Amino acid sequence: MIILGLETTCDETGIALHDAAAGLLAHRLFSQVKLHAEYGGVVPELASRDHIRRILPLVEQTLAEAELQPCDIDGVAYARGPGLAGALLAGAAVAKGLAWALDRPVLGVHHMEAHLLAPMLEADPPAFPFLALLVSGGHTLLVEVAGVGRYHVLGESLDDAAGEAFDKTAKLLGLPYPGGPALEKLAAVGEPGRWVFPRPMVDRPGLDFSFSGLKTAVVNAVHNTTLDEAARAAIARAFQDAVVDTFAIKVKRALVQTGLKRLVVAGGVGANTVLRERLQAVAGAAGGRAYYPRLAFCTDNGAMIAYAGQQRLSMGEQDVGEVEVRPRWPLGELAAPLANAGLGPV
Amino acid sequence: MQLVDAAATEALGASIAQDCPAFACIHLHGELGAGKTTLVRGFLQAMGHTGAVRSPTYTLIEPYETPAGKFFHLDLYRLSDPEELEFIGLRDWVDAGVLLIEWPEQAAGVVPAADIDVVLRVQGNAREATLTYFPKR
Repeated sequence: MIILGLETTCDETGIALHDAAAGLLAHRLFSQVKLHAEYGGVVPELASRDHIRRILPLVEQTLAEAELQPCDIDGVAYARGPGLAGALLAGAAVAKGLAWALDRPVLGVHHMEAHLLAPMLEADPPAFPFLALLVSGGHTLLVEVAGVGRYHVLGESLDDAAGEAFDKTAKLLGLPYPGGPALEKLAAVGEPGRWVFPRPMVDRPGLDFSFSGLKTAVVNAVHNTTLDEAARAAIARAFQDAVVDTFAIKVKRALVQTGLKRLVVAGGVGANTVLRERLQAVAGAAGGRAYYPRLAFCTDNGAMIAYAGQQRLSMGEQDVGEVEVRPRWPLGELAAPLANAGLGPV
Repeated sequence: MQLVDAAATEALGASIAQDCPAFACIHLHGELGAGKTTLVRGFLQAMGHTGAVRSPTYTLIEPYETPAGKFFHLDLYRLSDPEELEFIGLRDWVDAGVLLIEWPEQAAGVVPAADIDVVLRVQGNAREATLTYFPKR
């Protein structure tokens, strides 16, 4: 069964073709990051307009790369949410239109489910159950994953997402958008220990996160010092150390609490190499290991949507009725794949 | 007035909630990390909200409903053109409840005028708050 996947929740237009037997056939990505860099962030109207312009040419390129025709597609999956409403609608409308024209089933999948299943696209995928840490610009979640659609959210951010804290800290330090890669580079040359920022909520029980206080600490440091190159690098270092420590402590706690050995790290912040090494050590100490999607699949992409759609469409689950998106959609609402359990009624 | 820490900023939010009209529009000015979302947290908790108050930077708007009314927390930081507010559905929220708008200057002329205007300034580790109340239009 060949599934076409469309990702349009935010910055990226991602298109992919996934086959149940042969795996990933082809994938294409167009990032609007350069466009948004001028504005220092994601601009929703620009994002949705650009998705509309990009989707069909990218579908054509992806089909050509896989040497397939539109009629070879057996089902269409799109990201229903969470995300920016206009951007989601662009993807959903094209997905439904294609599916109706081809007379194939269509299904809106959960963007975060797709992220946490992304390591399944790799040669050495983790077996269920596992612990998943999802860290991106809009989300910070710790999830116990028993199987596809069987998620128990253990903890989440109570204020800012980790990726948002990275972006805002980068902005305070005068770094370009997106902030994560630039901040990591600057932190690498920063003097450790010149600033020590709080590790938010590690002294409290539970697995929730809070990054607003850390942002405040950065603002105060920036305002209370002469911001030369060494100071900027030392602040970047102190910020990254605090974030990495916080995740290491919470992940260790979650592994102990659940008895799980395998850890999946997904989302854009999962591309941070210091965080990767640290979490690999934490999982190793727990007698397991950490699994990461390749860097291209840490950030938003079409392959993960096609894969998540494959898991559900192949079980007979599909949308019926109107185009509907879910800009806010708690992961905990999902259930295991079920025939005709998609959006309804007609 | 001087706010020594985040708790003081939350307390100011709670005191603004005390005498806030049902359909007020509150503008919140201040740079990154000045405490705008922290003030909104104090405001919403005083209005009876018990859950988390997340930054709306990514989602642009976070709606809340409590026994005291409906509240819409907006963050226009990432907006580049005021017209984009129409696109995210501003008209659905005006006159539906209290609007708490961070970075209103990003959509000057399009967002409703302020009934209460709050400016937060970073001063070392503390914050300086200036409140202006506008007479009912």
